[in-house]
Amino acid sequence: MSDAPAAPRAIVAGHGGFADGLVSAVQLITGRGDLLVPFSAKGLSGVDIEGSLRRLASDRGLRVVFTDLQAGSCTMAARKALRGMGDHVLVAGVNLPMLIDFVFGDQLSATDAARHAFERGRTAMSLIEGKP
Amino acid sequence: MTLVLNRIDDRLIHGQVVVGWGQPFDIGFIVLVNDEVADSEWEQELYRMGTPPEMDLFFHSVDAAVSALARYREDPRNGILLTGDVTAMRRLVTDAGVREVNIGGIHHRPDRRQRLRYVFLSPVEEEVLKAMEREGAIVTARDVPAANAVDLKSLLETEEAAR
Repeated sequence: MSDAPAAPRAIVAGHGGFADGLVSAVQLITGRGDLLVPFSAKGLSGVDIEGSLRRLASDRGLRVVFTDLQAGSCTMAARKALRGMGDHVLVAGVNLPMLIDFVFGDQLSATDAARHAFERGRTAMSLIEGKP
Repeated sequence: MTLVLNRIDDRLIHGQVVVGWGQPFDIGFIVLVNDEVADSEWEQELYRMGTPPEMDLFFHSVDAAVSALARYREDPRNGILLTGDVTAMRRLVTDAGVREVNIGGIHHRPDRRQRLRYVFLSPVEEEVLKAMEREGAIVTARDVPAANAVDLKSLLETEEAAR
């Protein structure tokens, strides 16, 4: 694992300031926020979200997209944008532990790191209950 | 009549529709009226994957929807009628008796002027919306149930940038 972050490896897309918030948290915790490109759907039509994601993916060679909500605009648009782009991974329902795992997975390809991070993220939640 | 929301939203199926309206109104089905989606099995599958399994999703072209809406109004479940643009909804107002229209999301385009955070309208679209009201439909803008509905007259008098 290298010490210095390399070029971006994934897009994080979501509603409002969701992506900026998550990426800033990754940067704060790991110093590797530069591996992620935040994208906000705020004020954009479905067609514009799709076009923007396609340009981001094409221009930067990115084949991994994390989105906030399975039924959300970004997920729908990302699926359309990534269609036909060969090996790619779209993860809907991203969380912070997932992204932290991803940015430390630079010994893997971006798509394999995303698959690994998905498994980490889905098991990273816990329910802690107090007693009355 | 069990179509509880007749919505214009250029994002079609997304979180505000499925979660924002779907949960509080106990929505059992969505009728998506869009010529392009009605002609694409792949897009239909995409939207099905974004919809909870307990929520049925039906696809129609604009022409087919005109005759199909009567059937959905007899469905005992609550449903949402969804179009991606004002022209498709106008047709349903004129030919299928839609009488309440919700503007849920029409986003930026160079020929459009911003009216609300989530509503941008071209002069042509404004005229189409006015025509719907002349035909007896009540047109309001409201992105989520918790927001206040904005009537068409107020909407067209609003300049978001000046607020």
